Amino acid sequence: MRVAVVQFPGSNCDQDTLWALRLVGLQAELVWHTEGSLEGFQAAILPGGFSYGDYLRAGALAKFSPVMQEVRRLASRGYPVVGICNGFQVLTEAGLLPGALLANTNLHFTCKEVFVRVERIDLPFTSGYSPGQLLRLPIAHGEGRYYADAETLERLEQNHQVVFRYAPPPSTPEATGYNPNGSLHDIAGIVNEKGNVLGMMPHPERAVEEVLGGTDGLGLFRSLKAALEVLLA
Amino acid sequence: MQETLPPLLQETGIPPHEYREIVRLLGREPNRLELYLFKVMWSEHCAYKNSRPLLRLLPKEGPAVLQGPGENAGVVEIGEGWAVAFKIESHNHPSAVEPVQGAATGVGGIIRDIVAMGARPIALLNSLRFGRPEDPRTRYLLRGVVEGIAHYGNAIGVPTVGGEVYFHPGYQENPLVNAMCVGLLRVEELKRSRASRARPVYYVGSKTGRDGIGGAAFASEELSEENESKRPSVQVGDPFMGKLTLEVTLEAIRQGLVEGVQDMGAAGLTSSLSEMAHKSGLGLELDLDRVPRREPGMTPLELMLSESQERMVLVPRPGKEKDLEALAARFGLDAVPVAHMIAEPVFRVVAGGEVVAEVPTQALAEAPTYVREGREDPAIAQARAQDLSGLPLPQDLQGALLRLLASPNLCSRAPVFERYDHQVGTNTVLLPGKGDAAVLRIKGTRRAIAVKVDANPRYCRLFPRLGAMHALAEAARNVSVVGARPLAYTDGLNLGNPETPEGYFELSETIHGLAEASRALGLPVVSGNVSLYNEGPNHRIPPTPMVGVVGLLEEVERRAELGFCKEGAFVVLIGPEEGHLGASEYLWLEHGLEAGSPPPLELALEVRVQAAIRELIGRGWVQTAHDVAEGGLAVALTEMCLPYGLGATVELRSPARPDALLFGEAPSRVLFTVDQAYLQASAEYLEGLGVPYRILGQVGGDRLTILLPKARLEWSVDDLRRAWEAPLREVLP
Repeated sequence: MRVAVVQFPGSNCDQDTLWALRLVGLQAELVWHTEGSLEGFQAAILPGGFSYGDYLRAGALAKFSPVMQEVRRLASRGYPVVGICNGFQVLTEAGLLPGALLANTNLHFTCKEVFVRVERIDLPFTSGYSPGQLLRLPIAHGEGRYYADAETLERLEQNHQVVFRYAPPPSTPEATGYNPNGSLHDIAGIVNEKGNVLGMMPHPERAVEEVLGGTDGLGLFRSLKAALEVLLA
Repeated sequence: MQETLPPLLQETGIPPHEYREIVRLLGREPNRLELYLFKVMWSEHCAYKNSRPLLRLLPKEGPAVLQGPGENAGVVEIGEGWAVAFKIESHNHPSAVEPVQGAATGVGGIIRDIVAMGARPIALLNSLRFGRPEDPRTRYLLRGVVEGIAHYGNAIGVPTVGGEVYFHPGYQENPLVNAMCVGLLRVEELKRSRASRARPVYYVGSKTGRDGIGGAAFASEELSEENESKRPSVQVGDPFMGKLTLEVTLEAIRQGLVEGVQDMGAAGLTSSLSEMAHKSGLGLELDLDRVPRREPGMTPLELMLSESQERMVLVPRPGKEKDLEALAARFGLDAVPVAHMIAEPVFRVVAGGEVVAEVPTQALAEAPTYVREGREDPAIAQARAQDLSGLPLPQDLQGALLRLLASPNLCSRAPVFERYDHQVGTNTVLLPGKGDAAVLRIKGTRRAIAVKVDANPRYCRLFPRLGAMHALAEAARNVSVVGARPLAYTDGLNLGNPETPEGYFELSETIHGLAEASRALGLPVVSGNVSLYNEGPNHRIPPTPMVGVVGLLEEVERRAELGFCKEGAFVVLIGPEEGHLGASEYLWLEHGLEAGSPPPLELALEVRVQAAIRELIGRGWVQTAHDVAEGGLAVALTEMCLPYGLGATVELRSPARPDALLFGEAPSRVLFTVDQAYLQASAEYLEGLGVPYRILGQVGGDRLTILLPKARLEWSVDDLRRAWEAPLREVLP
């Protein structure tokens, strides 16, 4: 089982994602965006960064990269596809996930730790977590405010497509102001209807070792590994 | 001579005596283009005309040093085949005129310097100075500079892990923006700016446009009322192209395609190519017709002076030319052989098949240097000598701490560093605000490096020599306090006009101070930058030696952060309880005075204190430690309460004035906590070293309580936090 980490020009979390995947024992490789085939890969990750310098609009140009045809093919066949941060933006631009990511309400790039609640654990990305578990994960983005029209939001909620939601810290469960970017419904991550395409703004690959200050992102990569083992068994 | 070419001399601003020297070196009159080559290469920014004789005083050798000053960056070895390249550089004048792009291209430029050594950038730091915080222009500059740093650093994917922001009226007319970058490399991949005979020289990266023309020369003049007209001298940064250029360069080095690398920075093609030729002991012929350009109709002069960003010079190994071109093409970048090395030691520029300039490389590289007479500004000597013994005793100690915490120079920096990606690369062990220095682990090893940049403008203004010594001692102390052994430093020297006696005095004293502290602390300088002429019509900036120290942690697990994290741990102070009020933040804030002498610095004691805290951390006895700096003991204790919201109760016994006890400043002081189990062993160890210390109290609760001989002071940690967090948030929401 091999995981492709797609490198667009301007991606900058590609190496970090590769490191996290290999840390849990997954075989992972970098794939340049001009690659026309993802033959032999059973999962793809679109990493964070500034693909094409965020020119035009974050993620707007990357969707035209040749490799995206193959990412669609993997997704349509039910293989896991994950977009983290800029990767999430690319997935919404490419129409693989609904909605859009707009400028944060504070109108600037924000890098800090947030808490997110795990809303579903029946997915190839979250089986290692417990229901309602609070994760401490870093965010680093200027355009992470999840937006969709009311109808889409309702559908997302009805289908339980919201996977991660921003939440107050466990020490102050009543606190407000925990949503770092103004996302509707506190959405930090969603899946498609089939549940095999995940987009999320927080960076799980930055929380995989104690020395980095936390390991709450490890569960995502471990879940992916377990899912791929089942998929290929 | 003046009679023959007055208009051209007037146009270039080259002084007549330097013009005569140029004519002597050439053996003829230069043409206009040649004269401009001299103007930029002999600018203070490129040639260090006033500082070079003084910089010879600084120690540059050390067991870890692989590359000292003179290359794109310095390099020190950190073991297991790894080395780090680092350098600090100023971008003051561009940032004063166009803060966003000025700061952004400052970051881009220092990143390219690190890449040119064959190193992958792993950390950015910055050191910023602004004028009066309440002034609207200060806010405009601060917001712009922070936005520029974030814009470039976040996009190119290098974490901004540390820095400092100071406000002082002396920077009102001339803010300072210095950026430091640290890169990681395998020792065997170290690259230098060299090329061998007959090799083609490739231009890689963005195309050349009309931006940034004459930037190096602009950096070497005082700022004037006509600043706005200098906007075309400011370069425009493109982190996306910067990222592609970085990846192509590092991949070319990894694949063994190149023998030499040079960043194209200040003075663009002129400086990068002529310096590489000079360092290689050869000459170079540049064909301007081959230079990729953004716009038609650019003259040879514009091409030679353009400081368009995101450009590198790569010299391929024989037979690897096509591989290099193919690699660049994969990233969609230009890679064009614009020049070739020649045996004759001249810098020759050809355009349209004709030689348009030809100058000996040595003549460009070796500008005249100046040693001048310095004289201290009597007003500063007078302020330093001011007797502070009559200072009224404080009425409101309780409120004074809250006011200090809310002061622009001591309040929380989170509103600034939250705008920077400080984690990309997944090496950042101590996030900003968590420790006295940034700590970055080295993947695949147990090692880590610690980095800190520091300078106190008040100390340096009142006593330039002692202030410079403090800057190096404090940056090194911060590195030691996280548990790392300082290895070497880079210095960003920012000063006023050296052609005035006062300016030259400050330059000379600053470097003398650094040299003395360097020798005592055993720290060599491996790279640096000198930025002079930092003054406006009314003010000369305080001397500002921004010192960036890099240290090594052999085991990343054996480190300390600054926040109290364990109830019941004992709080120990290394050094005396009483600090000095001279040049202190307290004196400025509560009495509106910048006067008196900065605290004395006993370097031999400083060395012992730093060794002691490193050893305590290295033995695994101490995990929490913090330097006592501006604002004194009370502020340092508060800073330890804030990260985890844990309070402490301490008792100070000295009979000194209470403000000197609480807010007085002194070097060689460190607060740390230790569990009961290691308390006695730690105390015995410090006694054995002859390091003064006292057990002040214990960690616990949600209040900070300080008992003085005649008073009891108490604050809730929440109140302290509110005072500390608010002020900058208002400027950077």
